[in-house]
Amino acid sequence: MNTLSESPRGTIVHDEIVPALAPWMHVVKAGQTLRIIDLEGNQAVDFLIYAADDDSERYSAQDTIAAQRNVYLRDGAALLSNEGRPMMTITGTSVAYHDTIGGACSCESNTLRYGHHTKAQHACVENFLDANVRAGRNKRDMVSNINFFMNVPVEADGTLGIVDGISAPGLTVDLRAEMDVTVVVSNCPQINNPCNGFNPTPVRMVVTN
Amino acid sequence: MTSSTANPNDARAHARAMAGTIVEAMPMLPPQADDVPGEVLWEETVAAGGYTSRRIARGTRLRLVDLYGDACASMLLFNAESPVERLNVADTIKVQWNGYLGAGKLLLTDMGRVIMSIVEDDAGTHDVFCGASNEASNARIYGTGKNYSPYPNARDRFMLAVAKYGLGRKDVHPCINWFKGVRVADDGATLPELGPFAPGRSLVLRAEMDLIAVFANCPHVLDTRPEFAVTPLRVTAWRGAVTEADDPIRQASPEGLRAFLNTEDYYRR
Repeated sequence: MNTLSESPRGTIVHDEIVPALAPWMHVVKAGQTLRIIDLEGNQAVDFLIYAADDDSERYSAQDTIAAQRNVYLRDGAALLSNEGRPMMTITGTSVAYHDTIGGACSCESNTLRYGHHTKAQHACVENFLDANVRAGRNKRDMVSNINFFMNVPVEADGTLGIVDGISAPGLTVDLRAEMDVTVVVSNCPQINNPCNGFNPTPVRMVVTN
Repeated sequence: MTSSTANPNDARAHARAMAGTIVEAMPMLPPQADDVPGEVLWEETVAAGGYTSRRIARGTRLRLVDLYGDACASMLLFNAESPVERLNVADTIKVQWNGYLGAGKLLLTDMGRVIMSIVEDDAGTHDVFCGASNEASNARIYGTGKNYSPYPNARDRFMLAVAKYGLGRKDVHPCINWFKGVRVADDGATLPELGPFAPGRSLVLRAEMDLIAVFANCPHVLDTRPEFAVTPLRVTAWRGAVTEADDPIRQASPEGLRAFLNTEDYYRR
């Protein structure tokens, strides 16, 4: 097992490796910190947040962008809900910034981006649904997401796209929960673009008090 | 002294005497518009701070006019027969490799289909990044953002609108703001383009699916002007043909063509 690049502060209450391609769901209590470790580097981690006691309050990329007046998520960024309330805060990151405008890959959008031959491939929305359906949620609950470790530059004429990642083995992002939250992760299975170097790999999730 | 509304007959007469009143922000029934090339289906002026919604058939053209230069037409879209399918802003920009909307661009759903296309646009300042104002953001600027106040916020307007279709808070998804722009700087900073602009800027959208369109017309969330700076929005729709196979917007990109193929496949029934 890889070791943490810098040990997390506090007591570890959960430590789990999410396999390549897989979903993951976990409740992080207010005050706890979730560290995501990109074990092998360049792995996109698609990420939804719901208020644990009311899942109609959830992460909103547009509210987060408007409030911080920036489309990239850097150290210190408050991740806001559709009520404008902080759900989690990025309290440390060894990657310069993370994406929240690129959305999640789906079987359906893959047919547009790469061709209909990709329809049967596994995708992030499939992972989100896999986890959410078991918790009573469905596609109505798919709204906007964060892509940790994913790089989506926007050029002057508006051109944007997913490009080679800026992460590396062992790099981390720390997220402090500001309320009790359910986080749902898709450890991105995309193999048609550079979001994970065309090679999905495992990530590690460590929750500390 | 006897009031003019002291009994039901007088109250009825009083109420009926209001009929025929014309104000600027109202729907016109039946709809009339002498400057559109087709049977007019919808003609409404949306108040500053107002909202509206409409079920629209595939092929319908929808024109938005920023009458006085300060409208902010925040828009949600749903597949009318299955509203769990809806506009997906992230897929719209990712699939088209560009974050700025304009003529020839498509609006995509979360099921890989094109739901509207932008036929004409003489505004050029639109925003897919910053979304709707909310009660807290309005309260910071105007002191309140409640629906019953003079300063309603766009997201709460959306919630009222979708509730009338049996939808709820989970269905209020990321929106597009027409007429108010946000550009992205090299460092990711959001650069607002909020006007006020010249009066009369317009755009024409084409419905590629049977859809429900929802509009809120409230100040942009990045607009810090202390007065509730928003002006009425004109919405006009007219009947039109379903997009033909050789349509230039349909043919414009391989990604967009596949979105049309997916939409056409959906209607192959």
